[in-house]
Amino acid sequence: MSIISVNNLSFRYSYSNRYILKDISFSIDETEFVLLAGASGCGKTTLARALIGLIPQFYEGEYRGEVSILGMDPATTPISKITSQVGFLFQNPENQIFMTTVERDIAFSLEFRGFSREEMRERVAWAMEIMGISHLASKRIEELSGGEKQKVALAGILALKPKILILDEPTAYLSPMSARELMDMLKRLNTELGITILLIDHRLDLAVEVAQRILVMKEGELHIDLPIKEAFRHNLSKEYGVNVPTLIKILDAIRRRGFSLDPPPLTVDEFIDLIKMGEQYDRG
Amino acid sequence: MIVVENLYFTYGSQGDYVLKDINLEIGEGELLAIMGDNGAGKTTLVKHFNGLLKPTLGHVYVDDIDTRDVPVSELSRKVGMIFQYPEKMFFSERVWDEVAFALRNFGYDESSISRLVQKILNIFWLWKYRDSSPFILSGGEQRRLAIASVLVWNPKYIVMDEPTAGQDAVQREILLQIINMMVSQGKTVILVTHDVEFVAEIRPRVILMSNGEVMYDGEATRLFRNPDILENAGLTQPILFKLESRLRNLGLIEEGFNTIDEAAKKIVSLLGGKHL
Repeated sequence: MSIISVNNLSFRYSYSNRYILKDISFSIDETEFVLLAGASGCGKTTLARALIGLIPQFYEGEYRGEVSILGMDPATTPISKITSQVGFLFQNPENQIFMTTVERDIAFSLEFRGFSREEMRERVAWAMEIMGISHLASKRIEELSGGEKQKVALAGILALKPKILILDEPTAYLSPMSARELMDMLKRLNTELGITILLIDHRLDLAVEVAQRILVMKEGELHIDLPIKEAFRHNLSKEYGVNVPTLIKILDAIRRRGFSLDPPPLTVDEFIDLIKMGEQYDRG
Repeated sequence: MIVVENLYFTYGSQGDYVLKDINLEIGEGELLAIMGDNGAGKTTLVKHFNGLLKPTLGHVYVDDIDTRDVPVSELSRKVGMIFQYPEKMFFSERVWDEVAFALRNFGYDESSISRLVQKILNIFWLWKYRDSSPFILSGGEQRRLAIASVLVWNPKYIVMDEPTAGQDAVQREILLQIINMMVSQGKTVILVTHDVEFVAEIRPRVILMSNGEVMYDGEATRLFRNPDILENAGLTQPILFKLESRLRNLGLIEEGFNTIDEAAKKIVSLLGGKHL
């Protein structure tokens, strides 16, 4: 059942006469893990803002079309009501962390939503455990690494027990190891807790391993909406400005030599399995 | 040449060194990547190159000048720094003034300023924005403006902190061209980065840091064939080399591959020319 649906959405900011979103339509089902990609300036962040009501409620402009998220209309529903069920994580955790210690920061999002002390304590402990940061509870925020801060920000969102998570380039400032940990964590949240995930990212190398479906935008339009493996039968890089994973570049080079691996392997493990199969086929 | 000798650094007054016994020589015209996890000490190290930080113990020399003996303003003429969030560093109302700012500070006359600013804005495809506010530029254009504002005074050494963070494929391509251009002009380019895929594309000399110490100093390719050192430093193997390691461990290949094309060629021959 779809829990996000966008119909013919167009938007331009009031300070500009250029439409940033042009007639966008798509829907996302419950428990899907969707990757939203495209060059800088293609409208990804604007689309995310429209899903949680920041557009048109906070950013003014010309807005056409319909959006529905968990049955709510973001154009008219109070943003705080939307964000109590839809978690939103920014690129830079610094923008999302307010309090002095980890525990207090995670509790912050609950404090003004009227939870009892008991319930707050339980939810904070639960979120820290899921994120594997219980040992950091009393640490001061400035003692944390970038990866740890990103986990704290995510725990603060999880404490609200959202049904949907929207993440805007959460790995941009993380090291490869922290970025991979975050992706594995998202995969777990998706498969174990059934949280629907919309991930906006430039670093496709990691994201393609965890997402099931990819949306690609170009100049405000939605150009591609396909299962991940399908999408990589196209040449995504040149036309869409996305950072194509090295494995896909190798696949393209193999394709140029007149061979095709189908379906395209998206992880080193899948690649190795295919090659092993090819080997056996050869020997057999 | 930049020479780092027995450098120790602590932000506090005692103990807890964030840099421990660093020794390095960086030659003129070199392309270098300083790699490591967040918190490894990369940025702290490069802040010593233009004197923003002074050694707690040991010495840093830039062209034989001890950084302790001269102010940042003097070292900045030799060592240009491009920090991570360029959009947070702009303060002028016009692109033109942003680029001219340092030249005015360094006391250039107006006709030289005008010539240099025009030239650099053209090189960086920013001329059409000369009268615009830096804040209306796109992320990629802001990044280019930040680089242009430093290159305009022609420093010999350029330090770029996480230049690929948050950059799409088009901007990465442009960044590669800019780096190549700087290197071909004989500049020393020092990239501070944990982007292993980007470094695997350009294969510079790599200095790998972990917990304030240098763990490796040498060829990128040799480092990337050593997953243990990388993982200890909080980094991962670039995908090309990960694939190579796996194929080698399975005994499927003997010689490695260095490029995407070589990998494709090897794999096609492994598959015996069969269509799967």
